[in-house]
Amino acid sequence: MLYSEKVMDHFSHPRNVGEMPDADGVGMVGNAKCGDIMQMFIKVDKETGIITDVSFKTFGCGAAIATSSMATELVKGKSIDEALALTNSAVVEALEGLPPVKIHCSVLAEEAIKAAVADYYKKNGIDKEIPMPEDCHECELH
Amino acid sequence: MENRKRIYADNAATTPVSKEVIDAMEPCFRELWGNPSSLHTDGQRARELVEAARAKVAAAIGAEPSEIYFTSCGSESDNWAIKGAAHMLGGKRKRIVTSKIEHHAVLHTCAALEKEGFEVVYVGVDERGVIRMDELRAAVDENTSLVAIMMANNEIGTVEPIREIAEIAHEKGALMFTDAVQAVGNIPVNVKELGVDMLALSGHKIHAPKGIGALYIRRGVRVRNLIDGGGQEKGKRGGTENVPYIVGLGVAIEAAVARLPEMERVRVLRNKLIDGLLTLPYSRLNGDRELRLPGNANLSFSYVEGEGLLLLLDMAGVSASTGSACSSNSLEASHVLLSIGVDIEDAHGSLRFSLSHENTEEDVDAIVKAVRESVERLRAMSPIYPAK
Repeated sequence: MLYSEKVMDHFSHPRNVGEMPDADGVGMVGNAKCGDIMQMFIKVDKETGIITDVSFKTFGCGAAIATSSMATELVKGKSIDEALALTNSAVVEALEGLPPVKIHCSVLAEEAIKAAVADYYKKNGIDKEIPMPEDCHECELH
Repeated sequence: MENRKRIYADNAATTPVSKEVIDAMEPCFRELWGNPSSLHTDGQRARELVEAARAKVAAAIGAEPSEIYFTSCGSESDNWAIKGAAHMLGGKRKRIVTSKIEHHAVLHTCAALEKEGFEVVYVGVDERGVIRMDELRAAVDENTSLVAIMMANNEIGTVEPIREIAEIAHEKGALMFTDAVQAVGNIPVNVKELGVDMLALSGHKIHAPKGIGALYIRRGVRVRNLIDGGGQEKGKRGGTENVPYIVGLGVAIEAAVARLPEMERVRVLRNKLIDGLLTLPYSRLNGDRELRLPGNANLSFSYVEGEGLLLLLDMAGVSASTGSACSSNSLEASHVLLSIGVDIEDAHGSLRFSLSHENTEEDVDAIVKAVRESVERLRAMSPIYPAK
C-alpha cells in the first residue's frame, strides 16, 4: 500500500469533518487546479486563547484528507500559539509518514490552520503577523 | 466489503492470466525446456512451440508468421518500431509524426529521439479523442520517416481511423506504425486491412502473463536491429526465446480473437455502466459514446478528486483507475483528458473502468452503487461542492 495505516485510518474515518456555522476563524488554502483545497474552521475561547473546537472540509486526495484530519486533532484544545507552532513535518510524523510526492498536502494543512488563525485575528482586531510556510511549488511545475 | 468477491474493472491496466494459458505454459517449464536454437530433439521441440505460437499471433492479426517478432512487452515493441525506423531512415527523413494522446511508451520514445536531433510533430485530437486529420495531413511531409498513431487509446478508448492515417503516411513515403496494445482482443485487428507497416501488441492485456509482447513488421520494411546477439528473431532481436511466455501469448491471442463476438455483450454492459454513472449529478462522459473500445468507460465527477475516489472504491472491493494527477508519481493530470478539452479540475475527478468478458450485470450494478456512495461521501466533505 502506498499509504501508512494511520493515513488510511484518517482518510477512511476522518476526524472533525464538516462546516462550523459559528466559527471564529475560517481559512481556505490551495486550489482546484492543484487538486487540493482545504478549509479549516476554528472556535476560540477569547479569555484563554484556547482552540475549543476545530473542523475541516477538504477537496483532495487521500493524503490531503488525512493531513487535514490529523491537523485538526493536533490543534484541538491547544492554545493559538501552539496551533501556530504546528509544522507540516509534525503532521507527517503523526501520520507515520507520507509518500514524498504527498508532502505538499501536509504543507497545505499547516497553511490552513494558520489561515484560520489569521482570519480569527482579523475579525477580532488583533494585529499580529503570522509567518506562513514556504509555498508549495508542486503545481508550478506544470 | 467483508467477504464479497472483488470486482475487477481495470482490464486496460492488466488482465488475469487465463487457465488455458497457464496450462499451455506449464509443460514449457517442466518438460519442454529446450533452447530453440539447439539442433537436438529437446531444442527442436521448443522451436516447434515457438513457431506454432508465431503462427497463431500472425493469424490473429492477418499477418504472415515471418512478420511477427516476439518482444518482452508493448513498450519494447513501441520503442523498437519508432527508434528502429527513425534510425534506419533518419539520414534522409528527420521527422516523426505522432499524436498528443499516445501512451508514454510512444511519447517518451519520441522525446528521446528529439534529444538526438529528430523533429517530432504531435498532432492534436478533437473532443472525442479522434486525430485531427487536417493537422495530420499538414504535418506529414516528404521529410517524414514514420507516422505513429495508436489504434485505440488506453484512457478513453477512442478508436482511431488507422487505415485513413496509413494512406496519408504512404502518400508521402513514410512508414505507418500503430500501437494496438489496447485494441487487440477488444476489436478486430487486421494489418492488411489497416495498411500498417508495423504494429505493437502486448500479452498481459489479453490474459497472457506480463513480460511478453510482439511487433509486426511487414515484409520488406527495414528497421534497425533491437538486440544484436545470437541471431534469434531473424537477427533483429537477439536473446534466447522466452518459450513459455511465447507459448502463452499464442494461446491467449487465439482465444482473444475467438472471443471477439462476446465483446458485443461487453459493450452492452459498458453502456449500462455509463448510463448508471451519468445519473449522478455533475458527472460527464469523457470521450465519445460510440467510437470507443467496448469495455472502456471514462467519466469525470466534479468536486471530488480521483485518487480519494479510487481508494474508497478499493475499500468497497472495486478496482478501477483514475487520470488524476494525485494518483501519479509525477503529479501531472492525464495528458489524454487535457488533450480532449477536459478542464484540469475535471481531469482530477476522473475514473476509468475497463470491463472484460468476465464482468457481469451484477458487477455493473455494484460498481454504480459503490461510485455513488463514494462520490457522495467525498462531496459531503468537499468545500467547493455547491450547497443545495
